[in-house]
Amino acid sequence: MSQIDTTAPPIGLRIRRLVRDQPLIPLIILLIGLVIILEILRPGIVNERWIANTIKFAIPLAILASCQTLTMLTGGIDLSVGIIATVSAFVMATQVTTYDPAIAIAISLIPALVIGLANGIGAGLFRVHPLIMTLGTSLIATGGLQVYQRTVLATGSAIPDSLAWLGTGRTHCIPNSLVLFIPLAALIILGLRRTGFGRLLYAIGDNENAARLSGVHSWKVIVALYVLSGFLAGIAGLVYVGLIKAPSLSLAVPLLLPSVAAAVIGGTSIFGGRGGYAGTIVGALILTVLTTLLTVLQVPEGARRILFGLIILGVTAAHVRLTEDS
Amino acid sequence: MTRELLLDASGVAKNYGAVAALSNASLAVGAGEIHALMGANGAGKSTLVKILTGAVKHDTGQILIRGKTHRVNSPAEARRSGLVSVYQEPAIIPDLEVADNLRLTETPIEPFRHWVSELGVNDLDLRETARNLPLAVLRVLDLARALAIEPDVLLLDEMTAALPADLAEKVLDVVRRQGTTSRAVIFISHRFLEISALCDRATVLRDGATVGVVDIEEGVEERIVELMLGPAADGPEQPASRTTTPISEQTSAARPRLTVSKLGAGTKLQDVSFELRVGEVLGVVALEGQGQDELFETLSGFRRPSSGTISIDGTEQRFGHPADAIRAGLVYVPSNRVDALLMQRSVRENIALPFCAGSWGPIDMTREAERVGKAIDRLQIDTRAQGQVQRLSGGNQQKVTIARWIATGVDTLLCFDPTRGIDIRTKRQIYALLKELAAHGSSVLVYTSELQEVQLVCDRVVVIFGGRVVDVFPADAADEPTLMRAAYGLPRLAATVAGQPDHAPA
Repeated sequence: MSQIDTTAPPIGLRIRRLVRDQPLIPLIILLIGLVIILEILRPGIVNERWIANTIKFAIPLAILASCQTLTMLTGGIDLSVGIIATVSAFVMATQVTTYDPAIAIAISLIPALVIGLANGIGAGLFRVHPLIMTLGTSLIATGGLQVYQRTVLATGSAIPDSLAWLGTGRTHCIPNSLVLFIPLAALIILGLRRTGFGRLLYAIGDNENAARLSGVHSWKVIVALYVLSGFLAGIAGLVYVGLIKAPSLSLAVPLLLPSVAAAVIGGTSIFGGRGGYAGTIVGALILTVLTTLLTVLQVPEGARRILFGLIILGVTAAHVRLTEDS
Repeated sequence: MTRELLLDASGVAKNYGAVAALSNASLAVGAGEIHALMGANGAGKSTLVKILTGAVKHDTGQILIRGKTHRVNSPAEARRSGLVSVYQEPAIIPDLEVADNLRLTETPIEPFRHWVSELGVNDLDLRETARNLPLAVLRVLDLARALAIEPDVLLLDEMTAALPADLAEKVLDVVRRQGTTSRAVIFISHRFLEISALCDRATVLRDGATVGVVDIEEGVEERIVELMLGPAADGPEQPASRTTTPISEQTSAARPRLTVSKLGAGTKLQDVSFELRVGEVLGVVALEGQGQDELFETLSGFRRPSSGTISIDGTEQRFGHPADAIRAGLVYVPSNRVDALLMQRSVRENIALPFCAGSWGPIDMTREAERVGKAIDRLQIDTRAQGQVQRLSGGNQQKVTIARWIATGVDTLLCFDPTRGIDIRTKRQIYALLKELAAHGSSVLVYTSELQEVQLVCDRVVVIFGGRVVDVFPADAADEPTLMRAAYGLPRLAATVAGQPDHAPA
């Protein structure tokens, strides 16, 4: 043993290296820790039903957080995803009274793609900072949604059974939304690692000049990225409305900041070039469990928000410290 | 020298870590004197200037101004003690009005106006935002501001570079008149023409030490070049044996790959023409700021030329983006590795980046691994820390920037000072690689700031001075003294043209 001790680096350093190369491990440990705390505080709360519910609520958040992950990899951000999800959900719910659900869903994704395209053109072509660009389009979309609402006052709204099945349904305790989410997540994770487009997101976020030198037209990548982000946000809105079953003008807006937090907790660098979607998924789960935990503790709303903010800051700081090179 | 010494620096030394930027520099300037400060790239001029103006602190040595010890911690303190400098890049805040810029440095307005009109700028509005003025005018304003505080010692760094001829003439005129006062000017320039017209004496730096102070007189250029070169080097590096002799002999007959004709860009690159042939390593030699940066940026598609043409295999090219240049076979390795690499990403991703630029779809991982692996082997990249390029050594990082293009397949490689700041072993490997690429039919254009290494790698050399090609040499005639003279815009010596073999033949 003593021989190993002299040749191998000290245990602390080895843990640091392991964490640096496998940043998912501490996140999963944190997630399990939160679940254990919850079980201790409320014995019996953690059962199949609770797990399925947690996953159901985490999925729309995880899809929205995928938009943040992808855009943050390039050094950007997409603050319009909350309203895009809301617009898609609202348009779908009001159109489904006139059209077939499939057509209503298709129609509802058009504004998502248009807003994404506007974001992409602004950020990629005119070099407006994505923060400002997506903030601007989200304000425009909020106003647009109010105008749209007046034109459909008489139509009423409905949630098609298919979306309700997807959003809330369970088959043998397994949430149906996993049918959509597992392939989607696999596509994003593999797409980031094994497609040229995914690699270019990292490249642009790491060093746009180097990407340019290698022949990358960044603006094309950025435009495609924000269109994709808009599309994913639209999908998230449809899943979420299937879960909440009450379309409103601010349905998914409260999910915006948690979506950023999930990506950051998951280890994606807001400065670009580093991170991935697997961490974001765990981040979304952590936030969902955390919300349950604070609710169970019956902390008053104000104190709950304070705690939520502090925990996000703490986790992010710890994660950055653990994964940075020492 | 019976004149009063305004500035007397002696034994000045400065180390950055283990590197000695200055070992023993001295500089003495008398009242009413215009004194040239000269030295090749890296001789320590800029370090000495920074010490004099308080931007960095020296380790040892003493600096006296009018006989009093000069201890300054900032350019503002240097200014108060009577030493003012004017740099190539005007120290003017672009978003402020001219008047506000003057207020920042507590410049008196009336003398400033006087000097501005003396310098030939007549219709200056002090309320104009600095950003809206042309660069040449800003440099003149910077100089006028310095003159207005009537400094004892005025330090001018490449003051006339990139100034239009009429303004440059006025500037030189004003500087000359400073020499008739009781003040002094330290004049840093690469132009012998200006120095011989203007200066009284010159201090020459080499390898961080003052190696001579000469009076400016007829034929002093030769003496200065000799001082800058130092005693003839005892041939530390043999030209690598030319295993590829057939190619280098072919080159004169080989067809041109890249033809550059009357190329101009920005203010520095004026009119450059040359041919890069198939299977050739062509060197570019120039002092700092002679337009070589603009040349490489233009060739690699980072910048559009303002005049002239670029042709590849006889077809004229227009590059709007580096992607266009890459498509035409021109690939670029910049000197600063930080510009070229994804520091947080793996060696593999860095090398495969050009492929991803071309195709957004799924990556054939096996094929990519194979291509990347070959490039890594060929360059002998140490892959122990390949997870993140920022953990590699500088030499290995530079290899990655080249490996990227080896994996893609190179027609024409543009290397801007590829061996700056890397160890000697890696340097040799990179030189060998460039020669090998050329031997296999690629063409390589390489700018290097290390003159003694030109013969190790190049087949021919073009020398650029003032944005124009001033001479072209075959490698065996391009020894360091010859290149140094040419780089300073001096004519060839009759003897060097004969090309005696200074080095042992291979």
